[in-house]
Amino acid sequence: MKMKSLVAAACMALAGTAALADGHGGKLKVGMITTLSGGGAGLGIDVRDGFLLAAKGSDMLDIVIEDDQQKPDIAVQLADKMIQSEKVDVLTGIIWSNLAMAVVPSATAQGKFYLSPNAGPSALAGQGCSPLYFNVAWQNDAFYEAGGLWANDNDIEKVFLMAPNYPAGIDGMTGFKRTFEGEIVNEVYTKLGQTDYAAEIAQIRASDADTVYFFLPGGMGISFMKQWAGSGVDKNVMGPAFSFDQGILGAIGEAALGVKNTAHWAKDLDVPGNAEFVQAFQDEYGRLPSLYAAQGYDTALLLMSAMGKADVNDQDAFQAALKEADFQSVRGDFAFADNHHPIQDIYMREVVKEGDVVTNKIIGVAASDHSDVYGAECKM
Amino acid sequence: MRRETILNTLLYLAMPVAAALALALDEPFLITLITRAAIFALAAVGLNLALGLGGLVSLGHAAFFGIGGYAMGILAHHAQTYTPVIDSWIVLEGTKSMPVIWLVAIVSSALAALAIGALSLRTSGVYFIMITLAFGQMFYYFAISWPAYGGEDGLSIYVRNDFPGLNTLDPMQFFALVFAILSAVLWWMGRLARAPFGLALSAARQNAERVETVGLGPFRLRLVAFVISGAVTGLAGALFADLNRFVSPTMFSWQMSGEFIVFIVLGGVGRLFGPVAGAMLFVLLEHLLSPVSDFWLIYVGAILLLVVLFARGGLIGSLAGREVAHG
Amino acid sequence: MTPILLIEQVLNGLQSGITLFLMAAGLTLIFGVMGLINLAHGSLYMVGAFAAAAVAGWTGSFVLALGAALAAAAAAGMIIEMVVIRRLYDRDHLDQVLATFALILIFSEGTRWVFGSFPLYLDVPAALSGPVTLPGGILYPSYRLLIIVIGLLIALGLFQLIARTRIGIQIRAGESDREMIAALGVDISRLYTIVFALGAALAGLAGALVGAIQSVQVGMGEPVLILAFVVIVIGGIGSIKGALVGALLVGLTDTLGGVLLPLLFGLFMDPSSATTIGSALASMSIYILMALVLLFRPTGLYGGA
Repeated sequence: MKMKSLVAAACMALAGTAALADGHGGKLKVGMITTLSGGGAGLGIDVRDGFLLAAKGSDMLDIVIEDDQQKPDIAVQLADKMIQSEKVDVLTGIIWSNLAMAVVPSATAQGKFYLSPNAGPSALAGQGCSPLYFNVAWQNDAFYEAGGLWANDNDIEKVFLMAPNYPAGIDGMTGFKRTFEGEIVNEVYTKLGQTDYAAEIAQIRASDADTVYFFLPGGMGISFMKQWAGSGVDKNVMGPAFSFDQGILGAIGEAALGVKNTAHWAKDLDVPGNAEFVQAFQDEYGRLPSLYAAQGYDTALLLMSAMGKADVNDQDAFQAALKEADFQSVRGDFAFADNHHPIQDIYMREVVKEGDVVTNKIIGVAASDHSDVYGAECKM
Repeated sequence: MRRETILNTLLYLAMPVAAALALALDEPFLITLITRAAIFALAAVGLNLALGLGGLVSLGHAAFFGIGGYAMGILAHHAQTYTPVIDSWIVLEGTKSMPVIWLVAIVSSALAALAIGALSLRTSGVYFIMITLAFGQMFYYFAISWPAYGGEDGLSIYVRNDFPGLNTLDPMQFFALVFAILSAVLWWMGRLARAPFGLALSAARQNAERVETVGLGPFRLRLVAFVISGAVTGLAGALFADLNRFVSPTMFSWQMSGEFIVFIVLGGVGRLFGPVAGAMLFVLLEHLLSPVSDFWLIYVGAILLLVVLFARGGLIGSLAGREVAHG
Repeated sequence: MTPILLIEQVLNGLQSGITLFLMAAGLTLIFGVMGLINLAHGSLYMVGAFAAAAVAGWTGSFVLALGAALAAAAAAGMIIEMVVIRRLYDRDHLDQVLATFALILIFSEGTRWVFGSFPLYLDVPAALSGPVTLPGGILYPSYRLLIIVIGLLIALGLFQLIARTRIGIQIRAGESDREMIAALGVDISRLYTIVFALGAALAGLAGALVGAIQSVQVGMGEPVLILAFVVIVIGGIGSIKGALVGALLVGLTDTLGGVLLPLLFGLFMDPSSATTIGSALASMSIYILMALVLLFRPTGLYGGA
């Protein structure tokens, strides 16, 4: 560490004057902190790949990427490193709400822009909002609120709720209950990381619910869906897209067919630029893009759109440029509300089989021009 | 001077010298990194009293680290939001004062260590390893599912807490504070190891029956060691939370306990400066290897395996010779 | 809660206990015979699941997949025994914990390197994909019944192996007196390799069986590993019988705790805090069980002094 940094520091001292005089000359330094190792790596890799795909062929961005291992303390440390040593202008990349809560407030307090490509905790949309923080993905509640709205319109009356017992899970269910007008038969909060859902499935079977609505990210959702298929229980299944994304559907297989899930994007969404994005992503990486990849892609597009309008060193101007959201999102219409969180359509998708591939297909709009409920608490 | 003493002196000086260099070169992040190593070292120095001297392989020390962290998080959170911690027959206010926070962290982790130790020390060997792991997991799941203080999201403290006369947000001043604490604890541990208490504890590790026959209860010796050990790790937890301005249940995770053991073994078991060397080496590896490859943990695993299999005295043992001198 | 639902939950608890037993049996055997704590046992579970997923993907046969899981885990076990573990038998527990902790890192990231970061696909065979109706009108997934049956058969087989076969006699002798059996001319290093490979194969089988109804992903072994340790500590380290009893206790506590505790708290609390507190306590319940057992029996239920 010492030797390497000595060398680095020496180089920097030599290059120092040049770098300063350069004043970024149309280039902008982005620090990406995301999860690239461990069990949650799939999401971070997709965000990174989507971002890099959008930035490819452009020399506007100078990108530094680091792995946070899904640990908050590492993420904080990397943020310090990027701000203090790498002197980045903009931070992005974090996947998880708890890591975002650890990094974003102090990064914006130090005068850095942060563009969230995934997490959207309510605190950052409400009282903790910041002029320098832009959420390019969604506020955490969005998919759930849209799910509740869709259920109201589609004769769903009695719902069984299930989520892991941690803040994102409880917030998600609260979001669903906020819009859903029917009856909540039961709410079950499972252990985080739980892999066996036999007990919960038995409870669901015994209940008189017509629909199960659940949020179980990653491996938890895979386990639940496989076991659900084997149980023979015949009820509707709904949830946010996180449990039915491309990376996960491959592992669940046909057991997921027919499940309804809400998202702001799908690969068959018919908006300008989306088909090209899906094709380019497949050509580049040899797999179908996920919604995380789409978010990473949009994040880079947003950033580059603002660079054309303002200099990052002029914070007010750059902030205004970002706020305009003058880019062609692969989600279609996209705008920022006053708390810098998205106003966008949320779609209902159904899991279908296309040839040999299990994937999602859009079946309708669940919520148009949806924005979050926390904006009123945001004073900036 | 013995080679180990020279080595210890060099190790001890490496941190402030590196920090001063980083300051001179205007690389504040390096100071933060060194501070992180110093705090990990402190936590492992605490564990080393139980593990190295007492032979108590605790795979649950993250519990104390987390308690220290949450002591800081909860007090500072209440001070930040101007709400009292307890508001019933007694009113307890939050605080942003580091000395008060440290005291609370030390006392609460010592109490937890007393309870856990009193129960766990009835067992020995693998059972002890596993029961301490179980207690750690209890705290972990409790912290994740208890909503009052953020659950898995943890608690953010936006500004570092205060220490009279210092600007703690300045990386160098905060490092100096941590280093002073680490030095004081190292000095105390060195004395403790040579004091009758340390000698008896060490003797109990080697031969419990013999200590019993001379009238010293190994259970009480070990319990005292375990409590001191937990308290030091708790203090490190409070500092770690302040370094990151953030606490979360990952501080309670069993991987954290595992990492403390890794620091001790990398550096050299039962050596006063072993944890210091191990923590520095680990933070260095983490910093150097993670940019090399997405799969850098493979290299960490391989290095660790080689150290355990072939370099039995750890870093200090390999450099200073085999004989283990406590102190 | 209806009696039928309760019976179904008890079955679920049994099934999760039986899968835990497959993990715990190998762990406890290895500890009993060689005195080794193997944290990498969860990695062998993962190896089994990944091998099964890969072979099922190529051939479409679940039976072949199970065979592959057994073979791959046994082979991986044999290799790490000969390369690493063998050097750890006469070390203290600390070195064993550390070295096998390092093996976890190598296995996890190595698997991610080979198979990528996304979970793999592995499904139950079509013939077993639905539920069956048990007496009393209980609908129960047939695959889970199969797991219970396989687990019980293996438990029976292990008891027979240890009680009646030549290798079983050597294992028992090894547990009670290590020098003795070397003196009797048993090739001890071969015995150790066999026992380790046997434990590994059981873990691999568990991984493949469970992988079909859970997620086959990197890191899947660690949560099970910790549970398996809880099991053998409760049962008494080295005891196969203890592993069986401990596994069933843990499986039942975990399953029934998750269902019953929120209901229990619901009797005197408002529903939403009852679910939160009940679930929080349920996730700690097996660790509380373990602490209680060790308080009254510091060497577990069937452990020797």
